Amino acid sequence: MGGFPILSIMLLVPLVAGIACFFLEAKAARMAALIATLVNLALGVVLWASYDVGGAQWQFVERSELFAGFSYALGIDGIALMLIMLSVFLMPICILASWDAITKRVGEYMAAFLIMEVLMIGVFAAQDIFLFYIFFEAGLIPMYLIIGVWGGDNRIYASYKFFLYTLLGSVLMLIAMFWMVNEAGTSDIPTLMQYDFPAGAQTWLWLAFFASFAVKMPIWPVHTWLPDAHVQAPTAGSVILAGVLLKLGGYGFIRFSLPMFPEASAQFTWLVLGLSMIAVIYTSLVALVQNDMKKLIAYSSVAHMAIVTAGLFAFNVQGLEGAMMVMLGHGLVSGALFLCVGVIYDRLHTREIDRYGGLAINMPKYALLFMLFCMASVGLPGTSNFIGEFLALAGVYQISTTVTLVLTTGIILGAAYMLFLYRRVVFGVQKNPDAAAMKDLNIREWAMLGPIAAAVLWMGVYPESFLAPMRADIAALEVRLARAAPAGDSMLEVGTPNATNANAMPELEHDYAGEGAH
Amino acid sequence: MQTSIILIVFLPLLAAIIAGLGNRALGNTVTKSLTTGALFISCALSWPIFIGFLTGSAEATVVPVLKWVESGSLTFDWALRVDTLTAVMLVVVTSVSALVHLYSWGYMEEDPDQPRFFAYLSLFTFAMLMLVTADNLVQMFFGWEGVGLASYLLIGFWFRKPSANAAAIKAFVVNRVGDLGFMLGIFGTYLVFQTTSIPEILEAAPGMSGATIGFLGYRMQTMDILCILLFIGAMGKSAQLGLHTWLPDAMEGPTPVSALIHAATMVTAGVFMVCRLSPMFEAAPVALTIVMFVGAATCFFAATIGTTQWDIKRVIAYSTCSQLGYMFFAAGVGAYGVAMFHLFTHAFFKALLFLGAGSVIHAMHHEQDMRYYGGLRKQIPFTFWAMLFGTLAITGVGVYHLGVGFAGFWSKDAIIEVAFARGTEMANFAFWMGVVAALLTSFYSWRLMFLTFWGKPRWIESEHIQHSVHKTPEEAGEDTTGGYHPHESPLAMLIPLGVLSVGAIAAGQVFAPKFLDDAAFWAGSIFYNENLIHAMHAVPYWVKYSAFTVMVLGFVGAWWAYIKDASIPGKFVEQFRYVHNFVFNKWYFDELYNFIFVKPAFWLGRKFWKWGDVGTIDRFGPNGAAWVVANGALYAKKIQSGYVYSYALIMLLGLVAAVTWVLF
Repeated sequence: MGGFPILSIMLLVPLVAGIACFFLEAKAARMAALIATLVNLALGVVLWASYDVGGAQWQFVERSELFAGFSYALGIDGIALMLIMLSVFLMPICILASWDAITKRVGEYMAAFLIMEVLMIGVFAAQDIFLFYIFFEAGLIPMYLIIGVWGGDNRIYASYKFFLYTLLGSVLMLIAMFWMVNEAGTSDIPTLMQYDFPAGAQTWLWLAFFASFAVKMPIWPVHTWLPDAHVQAPTAGSVILAGVLLKLGGYGFIRFSLPMFPEASAQFTWLVLGLSMIAVIYTSLVALVQNDMKKLIAYSSVAHMAIVTAGLFAFNVQGLEGAMMVMLGHGLVSGALFLCVGVIYDRLHTREIDRYGGLAINMPKYALLFMLFCMASVGLPGTSNFIGEFLALAGVYQISTTVTLVLTTGIILGAAYMLFLYRRVVFGVQKNPDAAAMKDLNIREWAMLGPIAAAVLWMGVYPESFLAPMRADIAALEVRLARAAPAGDSMLEVGTPNATNANAMPELEHDYAGEGAH
Repeated sequence: MQTSIILIVFLPLLAAIIAGLGNRALGNTVTKSLTTGALFISCALSWPIFIGFLTGSAEATVVPVLKWVESGSLTFDWALRVDTLTAVMLVVVTSVSALVHLYSWGYMEEDPDQPRFFAYLSLFTFAMLMLVTADNLVQMFFGWEGVGLASYLLIGFWFRKPSANAAAIKAFVVNRVGDLGFMLGIFGTYLVFQTTSIPEILEAAPGMSGATIGFLGYRMQTMDILCILLFIGAMGKSAQLGLHTWLPDAMEGPTPVSALIHAATMVTAGVFMVCRLSPMFEAAPVALTIVMFVGAATCFFAATIGTTQWDIKRVIAYSTCSQLGYMFFAAGVGAYGVAMFHLFTHAFFKALLFLGAGSVIHAMHHEQDMRYYGGLRKQIPFTFWAMLFGTLAITGVGVYHLGVGFAGFWSKDAIIEVAFARGTEMANFAFWMGVVAALLTSFYSWRLMFLTFWGKPRWIESEHIQHSVHKTPEEAGEDTTGGYHPHESPLAMLIPLGVLSVGAIAAGQVFAPKFLDDAAFWAGSIFYNENLIHAMHAVPYWVKYSAFTVMVLGFVGAWWAYIKDASIPGKFVEQFRYVHNFVFNKWYFDELYNFIFVKPAFWLGRKFWKWGDVGTIDRFGPNGAAWVVANGALYAKKIQSGYVYSYALIMLLGLVAAVTWVLF
């Protein structure tokens, strides 16, 4: 790609379109937003295609010094590439999802989404720690507005809760960043990733970052903002929230906590694994008793994210790659599930599960796609989430069989709540006449759900496309972590093999010597 | 063979996708022809492969398809493995599936949703074929979950019925419990062997037989714990004791589904898995003992329940559960070839019994309760003969000294004999359980036959028949048929019955020499224990005739209780009320699980939500913080009173405090 500043262009396109949207009519704003996001998707494809797998760790690097060591530095590795792809892929879908659903202040709404996209790409592409911080925190603002202005009835409470939770964690992180830059003498992320901070300081730095990432993730018990935010957010807001914003926590761990503070990470492994175990069981059980579709999916997100954190703190390739694959897979699948909720919410204006039923009769195509995404969420092999969950759990198994057992139990519960949801919404008799009169998917909705379905299957059948770009980066991370990685509880000891097989029988004296022999 | 195996596996998938997406746009005839045609082609391609292995001209091959996952040292690819064991499963799966597709033309004729049904059937077949051709554990797991999905979809096919939906979810979730074991087993296997490739694992397994490993904080024999975990997966899929509760409920699905998935193929996947991994299990004596025990217990337990049920499909379902128990304890004693042989013959006669039951249900206007049958022998003669052959096969009719017998005689009697020949304590337990279960098998099978085909018609008692003839029992009076005329099923249903009857009659006789005695036939695809098979042939005559004797006893018992003196069952129930209730209520497993798992899960969910999230975290977290801020502001407001004297007082206090701190 030579010197072509593709990352800056990808930031610029939605930024310009976003500013333009403020001044446009509703129709024009929609179209402008759609075009801008599609252009960015196309640029993303170019980015992916020209990413040199097996080449330099950091590619498409751009750097210009600003002031006091603070620089505008962009650049991506395979991990960031995949998360950028996820963002640019979901963005046009979000615009389509808001096409008819949003009728007031359309220009501002589209602008909020486009600026959101700028910030999301920025977070993943930033190579300067303060630039990262700015993107990371500024992302709060459009989301806060999207929930607060275009949300449901209780949107003010939800948006404040969202803001309070996420901001509180971040303050500590900023202080830690100042300390780190002061200590290491640079704000360059790749350099910091190789810097060995003193072990005592690592503990505090790790905790400060954890406060922020745990909320973003979210890790139990700081997850309660998520169900409220999801329930109140408009459909597209939920998609971005679940699809991309929840991944910021995981990205933070993999980019900062693990490589910068390996010793502290090892020290806190059991804190993270413990919270993950609680989260999986706790939130899965809570999901089982929900009557609000969005709340159910929100709680299921917390359970899935717990598998991500557990995988990350397994300190091995399978755990890390699995965690990344769960993030990507969950980004697609939970996004798709929120879209599925949105499709029927747009028709009936309620999220209450009991108001639906028997949709398989009047909406068979919808039923098919919804089934696919439910199965992907459950982690059926052949879908995206299986690869992630399988690898993550295989990684965790290497450090603790007990944790794996508990997390796998969550997968049973996952099947229970998803199928229970599906049964109540799609199966059964058509007990509500208004739900029975709903029309099947239209072309716009196909355009939203179809590509995600294809991606989910692609990721499940041939995940190599997604694993290959990340392979070198994760291998490097594993090497960095190796010195701190905790020992597993399996501790295989090879002994003397048994002399015979289990059902060894003596040979009969004469061949066929018994009474009934013939 | 390379092209044909790819066609065998992927044609059903292609047909399923086209039929499923085309659905109403393509119409019933097109989708049905497409899926059925694909299956018949698969079947036609499978038999030559099987015959190749029978004659010894074919060799085991692996056909790579696509790279799947590479993560560090954990790699696995899509590939199709064909060896003797796979070839056996190929013919079973494709033959039964093709026949069930054909049968469904007749059985599902009036259903409005036929394309969807046929698409599911073909999808199931694809997943099952992926399972049996797997070259690594993860692809086996893919097939494993794929058949689970298809089973879920087909059990819940009539999705308007709440009972069908409940049964579908139950099947999926209970299977997931088994899958938990399977997944942990795969993780452990990878940890120990650093691979998921089945041939590589099997090669290395004996060397690990003395190794120990930590699991959940305990130190265990490596191979035992791995095999136990994998076997838990097998227990779920094959409905063994403890994880069996889903199978009887699965009868909510259309009957062809019960025949294909819940009798002939999917439920045998567990047995297949144990046989496929037999060299691994042979390195795990404790695990094998557990396999033996669970198999023996299941074969007895399920047979007891089978004797008391009234629903014709449920009787056959428990019978399946029981027969799977036989297969497992055969594998447990180390006779994997015998287990596979029973799997093979069972597929034919059990599919026959289910499809026959479907034909009866079809004739009886969807009535499934045997209490409302009776005297159907003359009305549906073809179905009667087919069911009769099935019954003769499952009860194991045959005479050792003549060397003739129906399919079940060859395979089931071999299992009973081999358990005796093995001679360990647990094997003896299995032997006796097997004999008792054979008695019960004969009893419930003949009970089913007598209630259905003999005696006087009791049709008018059935609500389904009442709807059909528009009469109440009172109006019908003396005529207990209610004027209802059962019709023999259409040709599409009778042809599969005919073909499967041939299998039920002859499959044992024809294939016994190969499956039981020919180590060269298995060609290393399973662990073959030559000495054990010799010992099996050398057991005393009383053992060889034990199964025959109890078979006759069971027949006589059923004849006495249901033909000679029909008042006996009532008296028996009266006399042994508690025993009967216990057995009739399926040993209260459902109630128990409901009490210890389902209800607590929902209770905990509600408590975590209301007390945990809302009552604790939110209350002391964000809402608490908001409360502190709001009330704090009230206090702060009071302090800013604007009165100079109060400010002066605070300044003074502050000064005093500062001075105190500095001085002391």
